[in-house]
Amino acid sequence: MGEFKVHRVRFFDYMPSAISAMAFNVHTERLAVARADGTVEIYNFADNCFQEKVIPGKDGRTVEALCWAGQRLFSTGLNGEIVEYDLENLRSKYTVEAYGGPVWTISSNSQGTQLAVGCEDGTVKIFELVEDSIQFQSNFDRLKSRVLSLSWHPSGTQIAAGTMDMIRVFNVTTGHATQRMMVDRAAGANKKKEVAVWSVVFLSDNTVISGDSAGKVQVWDSQMGTLIRTHLVTKWDVMALAVSRDESSLLAGTSEGSVVQFQFISARLDQPDKEWQRTRTLRSHSHDVRALVHTDTAAVSGGNDAHLVVRPFMEKVVKGSKESAPCKITFPHRSLVSCGKKAGILLFQFPERLEVWRLGETHCVYACSLQGDDHICCSTLSPCGGWLAYASASSVRLFQLQYDNDSIALTKVKLPKVLRWANQLCFSADSSRLFASFSQSSVLVFALSKSEAKYVHTLKPKSGETTAVHLMSTSDDGQWLATANSDCEVHVYNLKKLKYHCTVPVYGSCPSAMAIHPTGSNVVMVHADQKYSLEQKEYTEWSRSLAKKGLHGSWLNRVAPVTHVSFSASNPDYIILHDMNMFCIIDKSLPLPEKDSDLCNQNQLRSMNEAARVKDSHAFKICEMFKNLLCVGLMEDHSLVVVERPLLDIATRLPAPVRQKKFAT
Amino acid sequence: MVAHADTRVVHRGGSKINFRAPVITQDSRFLICVSGECIKVFSTSTEECIHHLQGHKELVTGLVLNPSNHLQVFSCSEDGTIRLWDFTDGILIRVTLLHLKTPSTLHSVPGHCKKFGLVSLNLPPSVEQHVMVKGHTIVFQSVSTDPKCIAFGQGVRMHALTHSLTHSLTHSHTVFGFALGTSGEMAARNAFTCVACHPKDDCIATGHGDGKIRLWRNFNQEKEYTFSTVHWHHSGVNALCFTPEGTNLLSGGLESVLVQWRYGQEGQKDFLPRLGSSIKEIVVSPDGSLFCTSHTDNKITVIKNCTKVSAVIQGLVHGDGVKTALMVDPRTKALVLNGKPGHLQFYSLQRDQQLYNLDIVQQEYINQSNLDQFEVVKAALDSRGSWLATVEQRSAKEVEISLKLWAFDEHTQSFVLNTTISAPHDGPISEICFSPSSQNSTTLVSVSLDGHFKAWQLTQPDPSDGKQSDEEASWSCDFVGDYHSLEPKCCCFSADGSLLAVSFKEVVTVWSPASWDLLTTLSQPPGAIQDLCFGRLSCSKYLLGATDKNLCCWNLLTCSLEWSTALDVSLLLADPLSENVACPFLFVFRPSEPRPHFSQQALCTGRVTRAVFAPRDEPLDGCEESSQWLNRSQLYFLTHNMELLTFLTKPEEERLMALSKQVAVLKKHKQEFLHTSCLLFISLFISQFALTLSAIMTLVLSILT
Repeated sequence: MGEFKVHRVRFFDYMPSAISAMAFNVHTERLAVARADGTVEIYNFADNCFQEKVIPGKDGRTVEALCWAGQRLFSTGLNGEIVEYDLENLRSKYTVEAYGGPVWTISSNSQGTQLAVGCEDGTVKIFELVEDSIQFQSNFDRLKSRVLSLSWHPSGTQIAAGTMDMIRVFNVTTGHATQRMMVDRAAGANKKKEVAVWSVVFLSDNTVISGDSAGKVQVWDSQMGTLIRTHLVTKWDVMALAVSRDESSLLAGTSEGSVVQFQFISARLDQPDKEWQRTRTLRSHSHDVRALVHTDTAAVSGGNDAHLVVRPFMEKVVKGSKESAPCKITFPHRSLVSCGKKAGILLFQFPERLEVWRLGETHCVYACSLQGDDHICCSTLSPCGGWLAYASASSVRLFQLQYDNDSIALTKVKLPKVLRWANQLCFSADSSRLFASFSQSSVLVFALSKSEAKYVHTLKPKSGETTAVHLMSTSDDGQWLATANSDCEVHVYNLKKLKYHCTVPVYGSCPSAMAIHPTGSNVVMVHADQKYSLEQKEYTEWSRSLAKKGLHGSWLNRVAPVTHVSFSASNPDYIILHDMNMFCIIDKSLPLPEKDSDLCNQNQLRSMNEAARVKDSHAFKICEMFKNLLCVGLMEDHSLVVVERPLLDIATRLPAPVRQKKFAT
Repeated sequence: MVAHADTRVVHRGGSKINFRAPVITQDSRFLICVSGECIKVFSTSTEECIHHLQGHKELVTGLVLNPSNHLQVFSCSEDGTIRLWDFTDGILIRVTLLHLKTPSTLHSVPGHCKKFGLVSLNLPPSVEQHVMVKGHTIVFQSVSTDPKCIAFGQGVRMHALTHSLTHSLTHSHTVFGFALGTSGEMAARNAFTCVACHPKDDCIATGHGDGKIRLWRNFNQEKEYTFSTVHWHHSGVNALCFTPEGTNLLSGGLESVLVQWRYGQEGQKDFLPRLGSSIKEIVVSPDGSLFCTSHTDNKITVIKNCTKVSAVIQGLVHGDGVKTALMVDPRTKALVLNGKPGHLQFYSLQRDQQLYNLDIVQQEYINQSNLDQFEVVKAALDSRGSWLATVEQRSAKEVEISLKLWAFDEHTQSFVLNTTISAPHDGPISEICFSPSSQNSTTLVSVSLDGHFKAWQLTQPDPSDGKQSDEEASWSCDFVGDYHSLEPKCCCFSADGSLLAVSFKEVVTVWSPASWDLLTTLSQPPGAIQDLCFGRLSCSKYLLGATDKNLCCWNLLTCSLEWSTALDVSLLLADPLSENVACPFLFVFRPSEPRPHFSQQALCTGRVTRAVFAPRDEPLDGCEESSQWLNRSQLYFLTHNMELLTFLTKPEEERLMALSKQVAVLKKHKQEFLHTSCLLFISLFISQFALTLSAIMTLVLSILT
C-alpha cells in the first residue's frame, strides 16, 4: 500500500462516563445502559452487542435505575422524575414527577402492566402503564428510611423492598407490609453504620436474595421472614445482583470490581435439595460494579470504570464460537471525531462541549461549550473546514469558521426554524449543502451560501414508519446520499434530482459504517456482525465474490465493530476502515484470503522475499500498531490521522479503586 | 563375573518415610508409614518407632487401613504382593499374591513404563496365609503414578484424576472429563497436581500448579459443571485433604505453611506457618484431632488440635544432592552427610533414626530458587571422631569459601566450632582429609584447584605469652605444597599416617607428613587421577589410583606399577576393617590381586556417586565366599536420585524372616477371620509396548456396597 505520514493524535481526552444502571429486555435482546451523565444507550445483543441507539443526556438528569416494560423503557433518577424514552426518535418522551423526593429504583412487574418506584421518603409507589403515559395508582405503607431496591415476585402479587438495615415484603393488592427481615450490620468498627440493602431479588420459590453494603449476599425465606444463608463476599459493598431467567444462577457485583457467581445446586448429586453455592469469581473491572445483567449465556457488567463487559459462561456457549469471546466495550460505536480533510483540522465531540484542533499544533484552537441543558448528540465539520454544525435534543446550530493565522473565529449562521433537532448531520463533499436527519428517517437538505442556510428540500424514504438515522454519507461528486437506520435499512437518494433512488436489500445486521466510493458510485457498508456489502442498485462483482467465498474466520471473530470507512483518493481500489483495535486497508485488486491462511500477515510479509510476498499477500492488510482507536482519517495531503485514546489514560483519571490486588490476600 | 543371587540390593535404613502418605490409626495412637521395604509403626505421642513390619521384598508402595478391622493394615509393594498386617502386635496375617506382573523385570526398568492403570481386585475370603488372586477389572486404563492424583468419594461414587489436565469421574462407570484452558500462558501453569473428595457433599477439590484450588460441583453433567476458585499458595499446591466431617479443607505446598480453609466460607482461612520444609502430603486422623503432614525433607509432623506441632518424626534427609562424601562417625557409628541446606546430619543406620543436625553455615536459609546460598560442600572426620572439618562455599560472583573446624565436646556430646578459616584457598577445595595418626597432633590436608595443597595443624597457645588457659588451641597452616603448578585433585593418607599421596592431574606425588618432603612420584598416563586409596592391613604397601580409563595399583616398596586394568572407575572405597576395596559399579577386590572376588553389574539405575563402608557392630559369620566381604562392614551407597541402598546377604535375610515368623506362629491364635469381600483398588503400571501388567504402584481401598 505504500507509506503514510501519520499524525498520531493523543490529545482527545475523551472520558467515557460511568455506567450507573442497566436493564435487559429478554424478548427483543436489547440492553439499555445508563451512564452517569444521563446518556442512555441501547445495545442489540442479537447483533454482536452493537450500540444501536444513543439517547444523549441532559444536565441535572442522573439515571439511578432503568427498566423495560414490554417495549417501553423507563428511567428514574435523583431529580425525582420518571422518564419514558422515545426509542424511535432517540429523545425522552415525557417525564412524570413521583413526588417522593429522589427516586432510587424502578421496577416493572413481569406482565409489564405496573411500575413500582422506591423513593427517598420511604414510600413505594405503584404506577399503571396506560397508552403513551403512566398513571399514579397507589402508595404502599410508608417506611422509615429510603427505599433503595425493589423486586417483584414473578407472579406480581408481592414486592420485596430493600431499605436501610431492613428488607420489607409488601402485598401489592393491599399495599401492606407482610414481612420484615433485619439485615445485620458489619462487624467491628462499622457496627454503628447503617447497612444499605443495595439490591434485592425476589425468586419464584419465595426466596429473597439481598446484597448489602456490609459485603454480604444473604438468602432469605420470605414466607417465614428467616435468614437461610449468608455469604460474605467482600469487605466492601455488594452493589448489584442479577439472576438468570431460570433462577439457577445469581451474580453479585462488588465495590472491588469483582463479580461473584452463585449457583443453585445440590450438595449431593442424588438428592433434590439445592442450595446457593458460591462458584466463580469474575474480575473484569477495576472499580465498583454498579449494574449487572444475567443473560442466558453471559454475565454483563458495568460500573464506575465505564467499561461494559460481556463475559460468556463457557458451559452455555459453543467453544470457539462468536458468542464465547469475552467482549469489553469502552468507546461508543460511532465517531466522536470529524476531520476537515482539506484544512487539516479535527473536531472532537464531548457531551457538553466541542473542541477544534489544527494538526501540527499543540493546543486546542477553539473550544465551544454548549448552551442549554441538553447534551450534544452529533456534530460534524465540513470537508473544507469552513463550516461546523452540531445538534442536541433541543437545538441545531451551524457555524462558519474563519481562520485567522493561528486562531479560529466562529460566526453563528441562522438555520431555518423547520429544523428543531437532528439525529445526524452531514455536509456535502463540496461543503455547499448540509444534510440533517430528522424524525422518521427523513433528511432535510439545506443550501449553504456566504452567511446563510436556506431550506431546500425534505428527502423521505419510500417505506413508511422508520427509526432514527445513525449513519449518513455523501458521494464526492455530490450526486448521492446514503442513510442507514437502526432497522438495518439503507436508503440512497439522488441529490441532483432531490429524490429517493433506492433501498439496499435489508441485511439482518445493522450497518456500523458506510461510505460511497468516490469514482465508482458504489456504497460500502460494514455491518456489525463483521460482514460487508457493496452496491449500487445491485451488488458489485467484488461483493458477490465476497459473499460467495465468505470472510476469513479471524475477521469474523473480531469483537469490536468497524466504526469508520473511507477511500483512498490516489487508488480507487483501496478501502480504509478501522475499529477500536486495528485499522485495515482492503485492496480489492488482490485475492481474498484463504480460509486457513493467517489474516494478519503484514509482519510476516515484511520478512519474506519479493516472490513469496506476492504469493502470500491478500486483500486484507491489517495494521495493529495503533490501539484504542477513536478515528483513522485520510487527509487530502495523503497523510493519515490516527486518534488514539489509551485506556491507561482513562484509568489514571478515575478515582483510586477501593481494593488493590496485593500478594497473598 | 557372575551375579550373586545370595546378596540383594535393598533399602535398609534411611529410606524415605515420605514416599507415600502415612496412615493414622482409628484411635489416633499410631502413625503407620512406608519405609523402603518395610513398614514402620510410630507412636503419635512419643515419636517412638514401635514396630518394623518386615516381609516385603521390594519397595512398599501403598498403605491403607482395613476398613473392616481397624487394627489391621493392608500394604502393597513392587514385589507383587498385598500383605495384611496386625500393626498392634507387628505380625503378618496374610499374603495375597497378585498375578499381574513378571517379577524379574521389575527392578531394572521403572523408567520405561509410563502407563499405569487403576484396577479393582476382589479379595477372596480365606484363612490361608498365602492367597493367590488372578482376576481383576481395570477401572481406568491410564492414571498418574502419584496416588495424590486419585481420590475416592463416598458411597458408590469415585473420582479420579488422570492426566495433567483431565479430571475424570466415574459414576457407575460413566466417565466425565473436565479440562481447563489449554492454550495461552495460563495453560502451562494450571495443570492438576492433586485431588481430594469431600466426605459428605459431592464436591471435589483439585490443586493446581499455579497455586489455585478449585472446588468442583455439579459434576454429573458434561457441560453444566461448575467450580469456584480460591488462591493463596504462590506456587503449586502439593497436598489437599478434607477433614473427616468435611468442615475444613487443608492444603499445603512449597511455602511450608498448612492452610486451613473453611468449607463453604472459603474466604476465611487459618495458617500454621514455619513447618520447616515443603509439604508433600496431608493426612487427617479419622476423628479429626490429629493432622499429619509429610515433608520433602523426609519428615512427618504431627499436629494436634489444628494449631500445635506435637511430634516430629525425622528420617534421613534426602537433599537436592549430597555434596560431601558419605562418612561414618567413629563415635556414634552414624552416617554423616548433607542434610537440610547448610546442615550436616548424623544418622544412625542401626536404629534408623536421625541423631542430630549440625548447623554448619549458621545462616538463615531462604526458600527461593535461583538464589546462591552457602552450601556445605566438603566434610571430613578424623579417625577418633574428635574433630570435624567442613568446607562451605558460595559461588555467586566470586567463589567464597570458608573452612571450619569443629571439636567434639564431651560435655554436650556434640561438635563445637573451634576455628573458622575464611578463604583458605583461592579456588574451590576439591578434597580434605585428616591424617589417621593416633597421637594428639592431628593434621588436616586440604587440596584446592588453585594449584596448592595445604596442611593444617592444631597449635596450642604458647604458654610463655602469659595469657594462658582462656585461649584455646586453634588450627593454623603448617605447610603449602605444590607440584609443577598442576591442579591437584585428591589426597589420601596411608593407614598409619606416615605417607600422604596427592594427585596432580596424571601424577601421584607421595609426601612424608613428618618432614613434608616429596618422596616419590608415580604416574600412569593417560587420564587424570580421579581417586586415590591406600590399601589396608596386609595390603598397606599398595596404593590404588583410578583414572577415567584405568585402575592402577602401585607397589610402594618398589615404587612400580603392580597391575592395572582398563576400567572406568570414579570412586574407590577401602573397608577400614578388612583389606577389601570396592569401586562402584560394583567390584570388590583386594589390592594384592587384580581379580575381583565379588562383582555385580546392574546395581540400580543410574550412577552411584557416593558410597561408604559402615562397620558392623558384630561381624557376621557368613561362610559363602561371595558374601564374605560383607562380614565386617556393610556397604551403603547413594544413587543419583538420592536413594540410600545397601546389600543384604542371604543368612541375614533368613535370620530376619525367622524372627518375624516366630512371632507370627506364636500369635497365630489371635488372628481374626477376614471380612468377606472387600475390593482393592490398585493402580498398577502396564508396560506401554506389550500391555502386560507389570507392577503395583499404589493401593487404595474402598468398600463398594
